[in-house]
Amino acid sequence: MKLVMAIFKPFKLDEVRDALTGLGIQGLTVSEVKGFGRQKGQTEIYRGAEYAVSFLPKIKIEVVIDDVLVERAVETIRKAAGTGKIGDGKIFVTPIEQAVRIRTGESGIDAL
Amino acid sequence: MIVKLRKLLFAAGAAGALSLPAVSAPVVAWAADKPKLDSGDTAWMLTSTALVLMMTIPGLAMFYAGMVRKKNVLATAMQSFAVVCLVSVLWMVLGYSLAFTQGSAVIGGTSRLFMSGLALDSVHDLAKTIPESVYMSFQLTFAIITPALIAGAFAERMKFSAMMWFMGLWSIIVYAPIAHWVWGGGFLGDWGVLDFAGGTVVHINAGVAGLVCCLVLGKRRGFGVENMAPHNLVLSVIGASLLWVGWFGFNAGSAGAASGNAGMAMAVTQFATATAALSWMFAEWIARGKPSVLGAISGAVAGLVAITPASGFVNPAGSLVIGIAAGVLCFWGSTGLKHAMGYDDSLDAFGVHGVGGFVGAMLTGVFAVEAIGGDGKKGLIDGNAGQVLTQLWGCLVCMAWCAIATFVILKLVDALIGLRVTAEEEVEGLDINLHGETVH
Repeated sequence: MKLVMAIFKPFKLDEVRDALTGLGIQGLTVSEVKGFGRQKGQTEIYRGAEYAVSFLPKIKIEVVIDDVLVERAVETIRKAAGTGKIGDGKIFVTPIEQAVRIRTGESGIDAL
Repeated sequence: MIVKLRKLLFAAGAAGALSLPAVSAPVVAWAADKPKLDSGDTAWMLTSTALVLMMTIPGLAMFYAGMVRKKNVLATAMQSFAVVCLVSVLWMVLGYSLAFTQGSAVIGGTSRLFMSGLALDSVHDLAKTIPESVYMSFQLTFAIITPALIAGAFAERMKFSAMMWFMGLWSIIVYAPIAHWVWGGGFLGDWGVLDFAGGTVVHINAGVAGLVCCLVLGKRRGFGVENMAPHNLVLSVIGASLLWVGWFGFNAGSAGAASGNAGMAMAVTQFATATAALSWMFAEWIARGKPSVLGAISGAVAGLVAITPASGFVNPAGSLVIGIAAGVLCFWGSTGLKHAMGYDDSLDAFGVHGVGGFVGAMLTGVFAVEAIGGDGKKGLIDGNAGQVLTQLWGCLVCMAWCAIATFVILKLVDALIGLRVTAEEEVEGLDINLHGETVH
């Protein structure tokens, strides 16, 4: 099992979610985060005082996936979340030792 | 039959006599001495009082609170609220008496200490058609908002205890005397200074005090480097809107009556405010490329400030000019001037109220016309150029007393308890450190 973490532009969330559902992936965790990479922020001006806002709002999803699906999932997310412009985001994949379904106690892939 | 007729004639005669009070008035001498209260005037002044109180809470409270960072929003709103409470009590005890009773040309007397002698039927000489309790309450709302305005200059860095001491002392030592000089029978009124609703007493006063405060307290930590953007301008829009609506009580209420003067004051207030908002908006659009929300509401407030001293003396044409001048000059005061001089007048108490009040006071000397203001109250366009000089003197005197006294009060409070929060408190936020609360 692998944890796939993807950080991308907020307006792409619905598209990513639908694309993952199409792959058979049934759950994911969403957080609202801020960050920056190569994308510069905005400049806000208040009564002549300029503020460079370098942290931009992003969406982070975390989903644990069976090993055999990981490569396809990463490619699916990349296509759904991408716009071709700077600031599209990144995907990280890390190994997961264990997963447990709280209601039933199932573990391993059965818990996903 | 004849007895009945005599009784009938007697009854008719009595009824006739009773129904002719106007004719018989000269016979009843006491009726002429007792002031005649006007219920229309009284109703309007009661309403105006409520409107002006609303300007402070929640108008100013929200206007300012929206402009600070989230960690200081409660503390900022609290400043306005606490000032309402403190000044109300001080006014009752001492302030009103010092401002509005007979005394000398420089300060009032002690005849209304603790409101002694204020009865149901008391009437003040300056507002003979309304009860004194209403006049006093109306003036109280002005005494409240003036110090509350100053808080904009030292936002996000002053101790609550120090602020309370400062506001209390300022209200008695600066506000009461200046109110007396201009309105309460003091020497500036005698010189002919025209200030209908408080260009000098309220706005120049608060603006200059604000400037002194921000210079004495110093800049906020991280000023010019950190992001100090307003955390919720929606609050500020709501606050500014409440200020605008409430200002009808401020200006039109200063007519002291439900009259043509009040109506004209309301009209010129609306025109100047709208014009100023548009002026600031367009100035910013040209200078910065975008018309900001903060700019539009600030322009409106600038217009409200500038028309304040003029509202009972100018006609609509004059009010348009005042609006344009206020919008443009206060935009400069809050941006160009502030950045050039380098002081941290956080919420532009001086930039809007100081500059706007001065602009308005001076333009009152230009645009006052006898047809609006009445007997002898006229400015440059009505053939009395000297009024401009009179206005200037009035402004300078108020600025001087305000600046000196504010400085001394600040230094005194600083020496006794310290004015500013610690660096750690300032960075962490005033809400949690001064009040033990946060907005989550």
